[in-house]
Amino acid sequence: MNKEMSLKSVVAELRDGMTIGVGGWGPRRKPMALIREILRSDLKDLTIVAYGGPEVGMLSAAGKLAKATYGFVSLDFIPIEPYFRKARQEGTLDVCELDEGLLYLGLRAAGHCVPFVATRVGVGSAVMSNNPDFKTVTSPYADGEELLAMPAIKLDAALIHVSRADRAGNTLTFGPDPYFDEFFARAADKVYVTTEELVDTIASEDPEDLKANLFEPYLVTGVVETPLGAHPTTMHASYGWDEAHLKAYAASANEENGWQPFFDKHIAGDEQSYLESVGGGEHIRTLPIPTF
Amino acid sequence: MTTAQDFTLAELIVVAAAEAWRGDGELLGTGIGPLPRLAVSLAKMTFEPGLQLTDGEAFLTEEPVPIGPRGDYKPKYTGRMHYTRVFDSVWSGRRHAMVTPVQVDRWGQANISALGPDFKKPKVQMLGVRGFPGNSVSHKNSMFLPNHSKRTFIEGEVDVVASVGFKKDTWPANAPEDFVKLGLIVTNLCVFDFNGPDHAARVLSLHPGVSFDEVQDNTGFPMLKADGMTETAAPTQEQIELINRVDPHNVRAKVLRDNPPGIRPAA
Repeated sequence: MNKEMSLKSVVAELRDGMTIGVGGWGPRRKPMALIREILRSDLKDLTIVAYGGPEVGMLSAAGKLAKATYGFVSLDFIPIEPYFRKARQEGTLDVCELDEGLLYLGLRAAGHCVPFVATRVGVGSAVMSNNPDFKTVTSPYADGEELLAMPAIKLDAALIHVSRADRAGNTLTFGPDPYFDEFFARAADKVYVTTEELVDTIASEDPEDLKANLFEPYLVTGVVETPLGAHPTTMHASYGWDEAHLKAYAASANEENGWQPFFDKHIAGDEQSYLESVGGGEHIRTLPIPTF
Repeated sequence: MTTAQDFTLAELIVVAAAEAWRGDGELLGTGIGPLPRLAVSLAKMTFEPGLQLTDGEAFLTEEPVPIGPRGDYKPKYTGRMHYTRVFDSVWSGRRHAMVTPVQVDRWGQANISALGPDFKKPKVQMLGVRGFPGNSVSHKNSMFLPNHSKRTFIEGEVDVVASVGFKKDTWPANAPEDFVKLGLIVTNLCVFDFNGPDHAARVLSLHPGVSFDEVQDNTGFPMLKADGMTETAAPTQEQIELINRVDPHNVRAKVLRDNPPGIRPAA
């Protein structure tokens, strides 16, 4: 099996109007190289599903989004993603705003091939009024409790960044938190993985090493080697988020037509020119991982 | 236990807010933001040793991790608390969080999502509902509000109901009696709860130099006086020393504007 692909060949498999899930959490472990390749393409009308970070803002700024389904959209140290905020306040972005846990439950329902999951989360809150298509069910047992029937969130594709992968689609993800990457993978028809490091095989004689394996290779459609591909977000064990770059990005959102010059300066070329434009690989590898 | 000679309002608030977790026993204690996090740390270090705290990211630690730059300090991890496990904790009810909403109403409903009447085009986009809907119907929640005013404790209903409160006509059919559990609401003026008749708000203690009328004048809904309403207790010297240990860089001094003293000077 050889699932190796290029950024371009992955984007060539995506279609206008698709629902695309993105792994990671806010400004952490986002498959940004693949997001940048989408920004360079003519894809449009995408529905993005994410615990959102800069990918949601960038795709929105570039006019790629029909809709965003999210648990939040934040850069953490900049609490509200700047282009997401702009699109929301201008009323130009259709959204499905979810409780963080509901996004998890919706992805799990999709991965388990059931139409919904019954949950107490969301009932009584604005999640119901802001998502008028959400329905409740009544417990068939003696309690008779009314619960939200959280619909499955089925993805056409999931984009996930990992630490190490081989061409068969075996992956390892290092760092303190697996976030919800495996649930994005299970909810998707196709999973495209970008990896810091592509190796011949991740095979190990130490079972402990495999605790970093989050999902099965049969879920993985393609693997792309993208060293530093999570920049400007944190890649645990490798580099932290790029505060200075994210601040410059946020500042561009406050300028009239600020996106285009930002795009031209950093993204319009290719990944090599991107990395040069943000200070080079050596610089990125020195970016500290923040503590809280 | 000697009362500290000199303390700030932020320190008074940390000590008052720690009381939110009293009696909780063993559960995940989460304080979001510097003062709530110092408060839950103080609670663990003094009267609730069974509280489980995190390093602010994905691990449990028995020793509260100091806030701010770590320097040479290395957290000693005792367990995992990655986000899927956080949800397992939330939904089991074995958690008590203290959060800082932007709007709170007379029903104890809270908003951090967005401001304005039209959710499709908010006047101000804030954080989104984040985990508030699930938290509010799964476990106990307390709040810290640094600016007690009619803009935060509003007259009408919050613009976006992120946290469910005691507006029972919005509750689902056959919801359990304890569907919503609100603990202490700690502000820069007082400590109150929603345990008055029909879950009305009632003041438990006033910070030194603050009058009940001042609290009422800055609240958009009626406040009651709890039986035995008192003055918020001053920190002891021992409590100040423990707060210093978990806040070595004095982050707490930057939370409230001008870092006011704990005892308000006479006007």
